[in-house]
Amino acid sequence: MLALVVITIVKLLVLFAFTMTCVAYGTLAERKVCGHIQDRIGPCYCGPRGLLQPLADGLKLFFKEDITPSEVDKPVFILAPVLAVAPPLLAIGVIPFGESITLFGHKIPLVVADVNVAVLYLFAVASFSVYSIVLGGWASNSKYPLLGGLRSAAQMISYELVLGLSIMGVIMLAGSFSLTDIVHAQKHWWFVLTQPLGFLIYIVAATAELNRLPFDLPEAESELVGGYHTEYSSMKFAMFFLGEYANMVVASAVGACLFLGGWNPPFAFLSFIPGIIWFLIKLFFIFFTLLWIRWSWPRLRYDQLMTFSWKYLLPLSLLNIVATAGVMLWMHRI
Amino acid sequence: MDEIRGLVVTEEGLVEQDLMRDTLTKEMWVNMGPQHPSTHGVLRVVLALEGERIVDTEIYIGYLHRGFEKFAESKTYPQFLPITDRLDYISAHAMNYGYVLAVEKLMGIEVPLRAKYIRTLMAELTRISSHLLWLATHALDIGAMTVFLYCFREREMILDLFEMVCGARLTTSYFRIGGVANDLPDGFIEKCREFCNIFPQKAKDYDDLILKNRIWLARTINVANISGEEGLNLGLSGPSIRGSGVKWDIRVSEPYGVYDKVEWEMAVEDGCDVYARYLVRLKEMRESCKICQQCLDFLEKDDSGEFRAKVPKVIKPPEGEAYACVEAPKGELGFYIVSDGSTKPYRLKIRAPSFANLMSLPKMVEGALVADVIAAIGSIDVVLGEVDR
Amino acid sequence: MEGVYWPLVFVFLLAVGFGGMAVIMSSLLGPKKPDPIKLSPYECGVDPVGDARKPFHIHYYVIALLFLIFDIEVIFTYPWAVRFKDLGVFGFVEMGVFIAIFLAIFVYVLGKGAFEWE
Repeated sequence: MLALVVITIVKLLVLFAFTMTCVAYGTLAERKVCGHIQDRIGPCYCGPRGLLQPLADGLKLFFKEDITPSEVDKPVFILAPVLAVAPPLLAIGVIPFGESITLFGHKIPLVVADVNVAVLYLFAVASFSVYSIVLGGWASNSKYPLLGGLRSAAQMISYELVLGLSIMGVIMLAGSFSLTDIVHAQKHWWFVLTQPLGFLIYIVAATAELNRLPFDLPEAESELVGGYHTEYSSMKFAMFFLGEYANMVVASAVGACLFLGGWNPPFAFLSFIPGIIWFLIKLFFIFFTLLWIRWSWPRLRYDQLMTFSWKYLLPLSLLNIVATAGVMLWMHRI
Repeated sequence: MDEIRGLVVTEEGLVEQDLMRDTLTKEMWVNMGPQHPSTHGVLRVVLALEGERIVDTEIYIGYLHRGFEKFAESKTYPQFLPITDRLDYISAHAMNYGYVLAVEKLMGIEVPLRAKYIRTLMAELTRISSHLLWLATHALDIGAMTVFLYCFREREMILDLFEMVCGARLTTSYFRIGGVANDLPDGFIEKCREFCNIFPQKAKDYDDLILKNRIWLARTINVANISGEEGLNLGLSGPSIRGSGVKWDIRVSEPYGVYDKVEWEMAVEDGCDVYARYLVRLKEMRESCKICQQCLDFLEKDDSGEFRAKVPKVIKPPEGEAYACVEAPKGELGFYIVSDGSTKPYRLKIRAPSFANLMSLPKMVEGALVADVIAAIGSIDVVLGEVDR
Repeated sequence: MEGVYWPLVFVFLLAVGFGGMAVIMSSLLGPKKPDPIKLSPYECGVDPVGDARKPFHIHYYVIALLFLIFDIEVIFTYPWAVRFKDLGVFGFVEMGVFIAIFLAIFVYVLGKGAFEWE
């Protein structure tokens, strides 16, 4: 038992370090990708090719003055950024990064907690993200953050619904809530092939949940200055961004597990490459897509965003469920 | 909702008041600006919001007021010229143009043809650069960040051209009463030609990015509508009014420079919305490019070298008054000068296009959403230097 | 497969611990030079007009209510989705009825104009 605890803690720490590196280099990737899309080179002064930029940013933010405006609701104001980073870190614990490796005679599954209701857990945890934004906006006691927080609450709950429905097809096909089982079910057919509509809806809804362009209304710089984090500074400000990028990593990882076959190689003859590499490739592919979308498209207006979710995505995802059920039944009979 | 009166415990004891008073959703007053990323400078718009919808708009200006009109009264005529640069600081040539035209009209100076061509060329390059900056920031406001740097890439080329002719990139002061400061430098025509040749291709890049983008269309079509008649009543001019189907361009109605000698088309759209104004400006950039090509054709062949008319050393217009206007990138720019026969203007009035255009903002955003205000401000292309003067 | 839940305790400790530590660190490390103007709420550089915490628009509540209704329905579909393979035609018909009710509510809400921002 003790060995198991130690292994779990080590796994958790490795995973944490990995996530934090992903987050740090996610910010750099964002700026580099954006730079190249915009015909410039992006950050290039800190370290070779700007590789130390995230470190410099982090240090700078730690040593900035931490301003707590006079009219804020202090406990809530401090709680909000903590709540922003916690959900993705909680979520990362149930994501299987690979099948299992054998180390010193122990068979170690590459997941911290192989929970049999991982999908439910993920959605439960993900829905916490909205609290940080709403509380941050409310506690600031200032108009732009409040507007941002309200918008965000409405936006995130609307898309959460769609997000929940979009993966229903996958659950039906796999017949399990466990991410490990879902990945196993994709040995031959990735669910992106059988659930293309579900995958598209998932990506759209995830983008909206992550508050990224074209759905970044809560923080829409050009309208609400900074949105919910206008009053935040120093590391508290940075934590909202840490949370956003960590959420991106989680959303990409979950997307890879649910739709892109997790650690399964695309073709059987490629199976000499370790599963974890395949998983990371898929993770970064979705991550890059999110960046790509952000720097290519304009922003939707608030009412258009809400209409899009309720009037189009919701019926579409219901249709997807019914169609999946029908086809499964038909295939079963014949 | 009806009033429900009852006793309420307050700091002053029991007071009878309307119990529903605090339960009603009241509008929220929000300051947008002066320190706001998309009010294009120090514009302050106070919005009354009901949820996301705007019920009232008030515009406060003057944060960049520098008293140019009064200032002019203590400067000689040539001394005031560099100050006009600071009106619409991103299209300095056009500002110079309006001022020198007014002084020339006052004094009855005839400008040599070559100078007219050079001026027209500069004015049109300015129009392209101003519209590029507009497109960049407008797209940025709506969230399409990538367009920004693409536009700046080409704008940089125009600024390089400006640097070649007069050494300055932004506040150029290249025009002089009676002509321009100096003739075009060697190599300018080739470099300018190069720009004019590649520009249509680059303009296509911007189209590829947003012209048919569904989100862009959703954000601009039927947003911030203003009919041609309303626009005229509010003094809207330039590309903004041409987007409402009004065929009015100073370059056509009162040709100055060589606009009557070159071939070009006025850009007019009937949409009355942000998208129409966007299309008008896109077309104008292309037309400007055509005008530049024709100016270059002339300047290449012409070897008169007359870039300035003979003007007296001391500019001393006769007693009288004159109004001259040009089609600046933002709209009708007019200078009204009253001279008392001395070396300084007795009174100088500037009809700044941005100032007049801004006044139609409340009309445009009546009942719109917060995001539409941003689109509307972007679409009328205000420069606060010109609004506040 | 048996679910393993206890490692989540460590995950939780780490998540909250990291957040708490970052907040404490930044408040210890940064300089402190407060002044009244710096501490006033940001409203584009001018003195704020009125209070920020006003009653806000009713539509946000409508959205919240709709979310509650629909989210519960989504939760109901989850167990069905997991067991769908075993339930067969019966499950399909049953879910058809459920989704029909779902759609009826949706159409009703749509007709009431709850999704219009007027």
